[in-house]
Amino acid sequence: MKFQIPIGPQHPALKEPISLRMTVEGEVIRDADIRLGYNHRGVEKLAEEKNWVQNIYLTERICGICSHSHSTCYVQGVEKLMEITPPRRGLYLRYLVSELERVHSHLLWLGVAGHEAGFDSFFMYTWRDREIVMDLLEMISGNRVHYAMNCLGGVRRDIDEAQKAKILEGVATLRKRSEYYFRIGASEPSFVARIAGVGLLSKELAVKLCAVGPTARASSITRDVRKEDPCAVYDELDFAVGTADSCDVLGRVVVRVQELLESYKLIEQMIHKLPDGDIAVKAPRKAKAGEVVSRYEAPRGENLHYIKSNGTDKPERLKVRAPTLANYPATVEMLRNGFIADIPLIFAAIDPCICCAERTVTLVNFRSGEETIVPLSDLRRQAAERRTNAPAKRNAVWPF
Amino acid sequence: MAVLRTLLYLLVYPGILFLFFYSTFCEWFDRKVYARLQNRMGPTHTGRHGLLQPIADFVKLMAKEDIVPEAADKRLFALLPVFGLAIVSTAGLLLPVWNFDLATPGMTSFPGDIIVILYLLSLPTLILFLAAWSSTNLFSTIGGSRVLTMLFGYEVPLFLSVLSPAILADSWRLAEIAAFYQKKPLLILPNLLGFVIAVISVQAKLERTPFDIPHAETEIVGGTFTEYSGKKLGLFRLMMDIELVVASALLATVFLGGFPGGVFVGFAHLLVKTLFVIFLLALIRALTSRIRIDQVLTLAWKYLAPLAVLQLLVVILLKGFLK
Repeated sequence: MKFQIPIGPQHPALKEPISLRMTVEGEVIRDADIRLGYNHRGVEKLAEEKNWVQNIYLTERICGICSHSHSTCYVQGVEKLMEITPPRRGLYLRYLVSELERVHSHLLWLGVAGHEAGFDSFFMYTWRDREIVMDLLEMISGNRVHYAMNCLGGVRRDIDEAQKAKILEGVATLRKRSEYYFRIGASEPSFVARIAGVGLLSKELAVKLCAVGPTARASSITRDVRKEDPCAVYDELDFAVGTADSCDVLGRVVVRVQELLESYKLIEQMIHKLPDGDIAVKAPRKAKAGEVVSRYEAPRGENLHYIKSNGTDKPERLKVRAPTLANYPATVEMLRNGFIADIPLIFAAIDPCICCAERTVTLVNFRSGEETIVPLSDLRRQAAERRTNAPAKRNAVWPF
Repeated sequence: MAVLRTLLYLLVYPGILFLFFYSTFCEWFDRKVYARLQNRMGPTHTGRHGLLQPIADFVKLMAKEDIVPEAADKRLFALLPVFGLAIVSTAGLLLPVWNFDLATPGMTSFPGDIIVILYLLSLPTLILFLAAWSSTNLFSTIGGSRVLTMLFGYEVPLFLSVLSPAILADSWRLAEIAAFYQKKPLLILPNLLGFVIAVISVQAKLERTPFDIPHAETEIVGGTFTEYSGKKLGLFRLMMDIELVVASALLATVFLGGFPGGVFVGFAHLLVKTLFVIFLLALIRALTSRIRIDQVLTLAWKYLAPLAVLQLLVVILLKGFLK
């Protein structure tokens, strides 16, 4: 008996609204259909209305977990357009926060993976230790979620010796704990039984479907923007790209824990090598006309910002390709022929950030069930047409 | 006097009052142990150390809005929680808590009561299945089919492992089995394997992690209980709590020598032994992740059932040797 079960838009496994329609036969998934558009906010359009500086804080709000990733990606691009180079110390601090954010994101993900598999103890422990890195981020930037560290031409806050010592201390604790979680995540029998061999994505398929980040690296594709395109500080630091060849959810757990350990290494190196000097240079108000593509390795994978400038103090176009969006096609393939019980695990394994990836709205005609995908530009055109063609508004008439 | 005794039995101990308060205490204990193992506080606010939290939860659910789905079989939907509660409370009456002297057995102790209590403990599973089926929700239906699929897994190992101490004691009466092991405490040891199997099966029967598959919230929302709310959900939760108490007391009777020594000492035995079993159950809950439904059946038929048969074999050989 085939029937369709709706996972979302509201479902306990999902932290954000998205609709996964699963066609199942008994407990086996035969087909999966991902529907987006429940969380569309029009950030890209809004960016065109704001100036270069205001947009730093807007891009930061694209995502609550990888907030620093989006703002760094944006700032990198704009700095290229403005032809300014931040001072070394500023860059080191910027990417120090990046790595701390990666640590916080991966610890959060480990907990979510545990929770989706019904392993709540794992969830409680990883989230407890995530507080350590959250506290470090708060100490550095003053905020827990939207750090607001970036500015055009550097960073906004400096750190002192006492803070350095605290970061090193926190990282040492976290390293010990992460090694313990690695042992649990990769060897606890009931947990491994749930994640090994689940959500298979072969290397060929991962390449074909353009998977990014830990999802691709778990299918033994060594891709990492930090290594391939070593911007700013990463070419001066020693780290390895973690990969796994099991192509399943277990591999994705392993890759993320390896990345945690590499991030600790990076953080320690950055603290030790932190150069003296200024943390920022002054940025011009306007950027030169031109376009730029900025790449950044977010915790979830390659983040891409396309920025077009027309020489004014506002961008003409900002296009964000968040890593989650790149992983959706692969997710559909991973879900096929899995069990219902695997849906939350497979879906969570790409570390989905739904609000990052909302670009279009699907309109479903309620009567005919006909579906149309409407890109933002069309939606805007339709709205404009409706406004111009609309009958003139009647003024309210006094009834007596 | 007989009427008074019956009333005492039905209403106070081990009847509904005792079961209600003790099951809420056990839920508190289970939650507290689970929370401490996860480095959390657990309930703290209501009552001393949060002791009244389960009762507060129950009262809150009783006061909540009660929604019945349009498409549901309304009478069945409403009756099932009451039936379930009645069944597990009846099972509670069969616990040999008043049998200190085999010559004057309690009124609910009779040869074969171990079979009846096992039967009464199987019924809640069917109640849950019917509840899921009658609520007509898609998630409930999947939950219901999972309930039944799991039943085929854990029921046989549970029966086999609970019956092996009975065979060694040469009795089908709970009071006599308990008395046998009180007399020869060393004979508890050969049943250790059976005890482990029974604890795992009871964990599955109570649908707790790693066997919380029928109501796995990240997969099928509330599963069996998706459509249940308010009073009915409260009664179902109470049913599960009482089932936890009765099942752990059954294990304590069969494997750990029952509750000897008069009213007060016997009561202390009951507390210590059931809490020990519940502690083990909470430990399993904290240390494992939810497994898949096919893995439950594999576990049950590849490992638990053969081990239970091995346990039976050991017991039969031992019995021949002792004679």
